[in-house]
Amino acid sequence: MNVDQLLSLSPLLLLATAVITVMLCIAMKRNFLFISSMATAGIILTFLALAIAWQKAPVQATFLLRVDHYGLFFMALLLLAGLAVLALCHDYFKHREGQNEELLLLLLSALLGASVLVSSSHFATFFMGIEILSISLFVLISYPLRQARPLEAAIKYLLLSGVSSAFLLMGMALIYAQCGELYFSGIGDYIARQTALNAMLVSGIILIVAGLGFKLSLAPFHLWTPDVYQGAPAPISAFIATVSKGAVFVLLLRFFINTDSFSYPRLLHVFSIIAVLSILLGNLLALLQDDVKRILAYSAIAHIGYLLVALIAAGSIAPALAVESVSFYLVAYFITTIGAFGVVSVLSTVPTEADNLSIYRGLYWRQPWLAGIFTLMLLSLAGIPFTAGFIGKFYIFTSAAEGRLWGLLAAVIAGSGLGLYYYLRIIVIMSLNTPEQTVPIASPEPRESSNAWISTTTLVSLTMLLVWLGIYPEILINIIQSVSYTMQ
Amino acid sequence: MILSFLIAILFLGGVLAWCSEYWHPDAARWVAILTLIIEALLLLGQYIDAEPVVMGSPNMPQNWLADYYHTWIPRFGIAFHLALDGLSLLLIALTILLGFMAVSSSWTEIGQRQGFFYFNLLICLAGIVGVFLAVDLFLLFFFWELMLVPMYFLISIWGHENRSYAAVKFFIFTQVSGLLMLLAIVVLVLINHHHTGVYSFDYFTLLNTELPPRFAFWLMLGFFIAFTVKLPAVPFHTWLPDAHTQAPTGGSVILAGIMLKTGAYGLLRFVIPLFPDAAMQFAPIAMTLGAINVIYAAAMAFAQSDMKRLIAYTSVSHMGFILLGVFSWNIIGLQGAVITMLAHGVSAAALFMIAGALQERLHTREIGRMGGLWAILPRLSALTLLFAIASLGLPGLGNFIGEFLVLLGAFKVNVLLTCVAALGLVLAPLYALLVIQKALHGPLQNQAPLFDVNRRELTSLGLLTLVTVWLGLHPGAVLDISDPVLQWEMQLSAVAP
Repeated sequence: MNVDQLLSLSPLLLLATAVITVMLCIAMKRNFLFISSMATAGIILTFLALAIAWQKAPVQATFLLRVDHYGLFFMALLLLAGLAVLALCHDYFKHREGQNEELLLLLLSALLGASVLVSSSHFATFFMGIEILSISLFVLISYPLRQARPLEAAIKYLLLSGVSSAFLLMGMALIYAQCGELYFSGIGDYIARQTALNAMLVSGIILIVAGLGFKLSLAPFHLWTPDVYQGAPAPISAFIATVSKGAVFVLLLRFFINTDSFSYPRLLHVFSIIAVLSILLGNLLALLQDDVKRILAYSAIAHIGYLLVALIAAGSIAPALAVESVSFYLVAYFITTIGAFGVVSVLSTVPTEADNLSIYRGLYWRQPWLAGIFTLMLLSLAGIPFTAGFIGKFYIFTSAAEGRLWGLLAAVIAGSGLGLYYYLRIIVIMSLNTPEQTVPIASPEPRESSNAWISTTTLVSLTMLLVWLGIYPEILINIIQSVSYTMQ
Repeated sequence: MILSFLIAILFLGGVLAWCSEYWHPDAARWVAILTLIIEALLLLGQYIDAEPVVMGSPNMPQNWLADYYHTWIPRFGIAFHLALDGLSLLLIALTILLGFMAVSSSWTEIGQRQGFFYFNLLICLAGIVGVFLAVDLFLLFFFWELMLVPMYFLISIWGHENRSYAAVKFFIFTQVSGLLMLLAIVVLVLINHHHTGVYSFDYFTLLNTELPPRFAFWLMLGFFIAFTVKLPAVPFHTWLPDAHTQAPTGGSVILAGIMLKTGAYGLLRFVIPLFPDAAMQFAPIAMTLGAINVIYAAAMAFAQSDMKRLIAYTSVSHMGFILLGVFSWNIIGLQGAVITMLAHGVSAAALFMIAGALQERLHTREIGRMGGLWAILPRLSALTLLFAIASLGLPGLGNFIGEFLVLLGAFKVNVLLTCVAALGLVLAPLYALLVIQKALHGPLQNQAPLFDVNRRELTSLGLLTLVTVWLGLHPGAVLDISDPVLQWEMQLSAVAP
């Protein structure tokens, strides 16, 4: 390994060091605030190291990892998302009894897994990344040990995640048996040499798609999502919805572009069906929910469906535009989702998770700023101008229209229409008057105003970012464009 | 530059109105009035200073009065491009006038959260002014959606008993149809990109796009649906009676007075110039829809017992004339459509204000529970009579000129449909006189002492009276301003391939 490779791997190495340091510190002395700042410092250092790797990129560091601008960009996004989740976790967990320090350790290790995932170019790192991420998530979900719901959620996630890993492994085995390669580009070369449809390879890829479908909670593999989102603590739900799904999606896109699996049109048909199902089912089922976290879970299913539309478009348009669309949409989705779950997290108190819609009744008049932030996040999810979500949706429209995917576009429009209904429903409930007697069991005001300032600051910065990207997206577009052209 | 101020002032005023609530609960409405005064002065200044701007090809009639260009998202050739011509000037003037009316009619009606109310009102106006000024299609969509959200809040927070349902229905109808338009915009831009190799959302660039006929039809339909949902035309009109009935008076004034006109404006400015051939082929269908609109909505209005709902249906009916006038595509029909837009804006706003004033006094909108009002509210009743007959198209008042010109223009194109639509002029007196008879005459139902119009209401309604009489007696002033625009558009579609 030469110096360039070592430097380009420095973010991953630093993150791993941070994990170990935090672990040792916990062994020596437990102090939530101290460990939180350690973890924050670890993430920030890693983030700074990205700058070094950025200058060296693209580097093939061993044949397992490829450190290119595409991967580094998403690593930066994941780290920032991790930082925001950490801030939310701090306020969420600091008053809870029990030993909360390991939570931060697990967040770091999950981030490590996600970072490996976005830079992997080989099935071995692919699998390792996914497993590091998932195993950390099992524990994170069930972190409030003495409550029934998180435990139930964790078991559900554990079982289904195990099954999906088995699918992934089986798919990899099939592909390996057929072409003798574990390296993405090697598989790509093999596919390029084939003239006819190769059944074994296609079944391998479909098994991988099914496995990733579980992780991405695409319909029909979405059944775990609402329960897990509802059961997990709110900041952790935000983490699953963004970091875990984002990293897997980034990997999926890289896998598809590198192996050129788009040359199998039937595979695109499978994807199209999955995308339409996800958009329609996600939005339709969200209509029936009375629980904010479940609504957000179903809406996340639909949003990954929209993303998939851009991925399918990569089959018939310049991949750079598809990568650009996916990247922008992911950034907007990250900001919005963390923001929305962040509001839930800030409103949650130690005994009650703020997931029931009745808690939000009259929020405008009780906590106008928080309600305003939530409204903006919901409008961004609905794709209304002035928010980053709109530019994201515009990108999806552009790439799908360029690829002439009229059917999928119809699904996106229908989905957006359905989606509006439940986003607006939350907004309507927030604007209703509260008669004094229906104030929820534990009024969250004192906590919010007195000492959740870290979460509040995070939410305010996310909101500013959301509006800024909605009005002036050019800077981010330029960065993403430079990233997406280096992708091939 | 002034053009962007026209939008920015309303924004700033909105934010200021919201903040001023913490200072004094009643300050917000004064801030709103002040903002609108500045806006009016700006527009006036712009109109007086205006020098023709050369845009598009130089051998066309020059109708543009001002232009402001600033790059926004160069990646896709999106620019913050605003331009003012006679048509947008007239409609912005109407917007400002009705903005005053909306503030006036909310003066005592809105007691709670005034700051947020006036914030939404002004932002909504900013969106509407933006739609009238935008000549970049992305920017158009941006403002198109921007006016939705505050209107949604106006209905859902300050509306009447069934407000949530009405607000959500309004939002979903317009948003989904808006997405169809966005899709059409994107496809149009991509086709232009394939021809020229550059992305551009600019109206003047896209005017010259060569479209395969099959595509042109679908793209035209995307725009057409978005604009006719807003207009509204018959199959898509069902959101309107709910939204108008449930909105607070100020919201109804904005909705009926100006927001519906954004649909008409879109048809005039975008649908036909961008897709002249497809629009011409589609014209018989659109005109049929217009005629159906006139008759069907008039019949529906006749069957209503809720006063605001009745006025809402009369709006739908009058919008049918606009559809008819625009798609007859000759200068008389177009002029008629423009006058109808303005005159209906004034008369519908006045009628909604009267309905709001009656509701404030009687606490009901049911016509059946009114009756004999002339005896106790003589001045308000006289004003009701005036605007009711303005709405039915009495010669000498604005609506008559508009509808007459529309029918004249349409007659040259399609005699049958014109005859059908003319029946609307017979139905209009039926429902208008029904209101007069049931609400103003007959036995007195309400014994409680009621206050007649106060000075504020009298001033507002008096101003609207003046405007509608002026439009009726001297339409030439308006026709002169809109004429170059319409000439330009006619020529545009004539030279189009």
